[in-house]
Amino acid sequence: MQTQPRPEGLLMEQLLYASEVLVNGLMAGVMYSLVALGFVLIFKASGVFNYAQGVLALFAALTLVGIQQGQIPFAHLINAMTGTHLSSFGWTVPSLLAILLTALVMVGLAILIETLVLKHLVGQEPIIMFMATIGLAYFLEGLGDIMWGADVKTLDVGLPQGISDTAEAWTAALTGYGFFIDRLDIWATVIAALLVAALVAFSQYTKQGRAMRAVADDHQAALSVGISLRFIWVMVWSIAGFVALVAGIMWGTKSGVQFSLSLIALKALPVLMLGGFTSIPGAIVGGLIIGVGEKLFEFYIGPLVGGATESWFAYVLALIFLVFRPQGLFGERIIERV
Amino acid sequence: MLYREAGDFKTSYRDDSQTFPLKLDRMGYWVTLAVAFGVIPFVITDYWANAVLVPFLIYAIAALGLNILVGYGGQVSLGTGGFMAVGAYATYKLSTSFPEISLLIHILLAGGITAAVGVFFGLPSLRIKGFYLAVATLAAQFFLVWLFNKVPWFYNYSASGQITAPERTFLGYVISGPATSASAKYLVCLVFAVGLAWVARNLTRGTAGRKWMAIRDMDIAAEIIGVNPLTAKMSAFAVSSFFIGIAGALLFSIYLGAAEASETFGITKSFLVLFMVIIGGLGSIFGSFAGAAFLVVLPVFLKNVLVGAFGWPTDLAAHIELMIVGALIVFFLIVEPHGLAQLWRLTKEKLRLWPFPH
Repeated sequence: MQTQPRPEGLLMEQLLYASEVLVNGLMAGVMYSLVALGFVLIFKASGVFNYAQGVLALFAALTLVGIQQGQIPFAHLINAMTGTHLSSFGWTVPSLLAILLTALVMVGLAILIETLVLKHLVGQEPIIMFMATIGLAYFLEGLGDIMWGADVKTLDVGLPQGISDTAEAWTAALTGYGFFIDRLDIWATVIAALLVAALVAFSQYTKQGRAMRAVADDHQAALSVGISLRFIWVMVWSIAGFVALVAGIMWGTKSGVQFSLSLIALKALPVLMLGGFTSIPGAIVGGLIIGVGEKLFEFYIGPLVGGATESWFAYVLALIFLVFRPQGLFGERIIERV
Repeated sequence: MLYREAGDFKTSYRDDSQTFPLKLDRMGYWVTLAVAFGVIPFVITDYWANAVLVPFLIYAIAALGLNILVGYGGQVSLGTGGFMAVGAYATYKLSTSFPEISLLIHILLAGGITAAVGVFFGLPSLRIKGFYLAVATLAAQFFLVWLFNKVPWFYNYSASGQITAPERTFLGYVISGPATSASAKYLVCLVFAVGLAWVARNLTRGTAGRKWMAIRDMDIAAEIIGVNPLTAKMSAFAVSSFFIGIAGALLFSIYLGAAEASETFGITKSFLVLFMVIIGGLGSIFGSFAGAAFLVVLPVFLKNVLVGAFGWPTDLAAHIELMIVGALIVFFLIVEPHGLAQLWRLTKEKLRLWPFPH
């Protein structure tokens, strides 16, 4: 860390610092990819552009904390209606069990969404579906707050946090400069890689995965060979709910469970536009590009224009990119005929 | 018995194609205008102006603007908040730089500036469409809000980073600043709302509107029959942004009196106006007003009932409001995609036949 300000070392130090920014950008990109994955899954299987994915992550994280700490659902509402002072059952649930229960809740939610919303919107234009999911996002946000309370919660499922000493020691031994890397980010990267591998294996090598791809290609044709559209939709939304749960755990551990968690959905949108809406590798590559790009841009250009460029850089990048390549990096080419 | 077209004979094409073909509708329209201009300004209280009527009129203008883009032009935009900010900051800069010119002219000019910005951010719509475009307009939303926060020139280097409306008069009456009376606020907004609604109605049923709708229904087919997508899309963006800019200018200078870019014109504003358009009815002038009225009155109503009558905490009421709005959006998209306007249309159809069902 304490390099002497030698004339020839200055450039080297800058380079190393830039590469540290790069590595951290990659880690942030993994987080974006994680959320973007949920979008891609739903979009691929049902053609629905699910704006509510971020709120699903928030909802999953809220539910997880609620179950873990044994909170009574709707305590706030019940208190207001009846004048009682309920808050919790007085027990705590071990993390693993709580995660399993939350996954079950997400499956239940997927079934509810399918029967109450999606079933009625079959065959509507994509943009109508998109707006319906915005409505869904608002509803879930209100529901989550009423169920578990709107205060900021800390989420701890036993994932390691803090600066990784090993990474610092390794990089220090290699380059003479210790990189500052959060251990949680490393774990997130590993988990995201496992998740992606599992998802790809699922969609390539299982019967349900094949059915899912068939539905994505053509609803009608899939129906005619005996695939249940509704089952596939519930399944896909459940998987997306599970991905949202993983993303919620990561982001919630990192920065607390609060409303801003639902805004990561907004961050995942440019990632998708860059990568193409239908491509799982696209979501990952797009996430990495945006993560790295916005950190580097903030590092080099940010000070010149007043900083906080992270709020818009991803969008402007995606916008400019789309003007030249409307289908994104790995997206399917859109061919239109009258 | 009253609501009939019998005896209401049209003798010219002009009569036949008017906005309100039924006599009762026309009378209702004139009565509404007469009450709005002749009665309400004299009886209006501060509470009604600030809680209901002024925000209703301003959001109605914004919803009209967005409806032109989304409902008539078929180009979904989530950048409404950013464009409202352009209107507000343009008014602020203009009225502090040229205090001798009337504020009303500044507001119109601010609309023009917003139109130019809107066209600029609308340019990608020539290449990308659908929700790709919707997400691309988010770039406008976030970039503009960031710009107004970070460049001190826009807020005249004020310490708080806020813009505050200077006191301005029109014909001797204060129309801007803290000393504005409720009726002055209301009347300025009403004049703009009625004027712009008239413009919107006539634009949408003329050549421009037909082009927009042709592009909306099927852009490639429209291009083949000779609609230029460049002019059609850009004019939709320009007109829409003009309306939205004026709404932002009014929101800042007449209604709020002070504004801060990220708080007043955040992404929630964009969604709010989009919801007004969906609930009110895509592609309907009346729907824009209905949607704005609904979403302005709903929070006031919930607050009065839940907090006022039941004594529940305010945050709970806010969460219930989120749930209701979200559920309504889904409900309207499933059951009645044309919104409140379509419900009103159906009611009128039924009334015309009443008491006979056929």
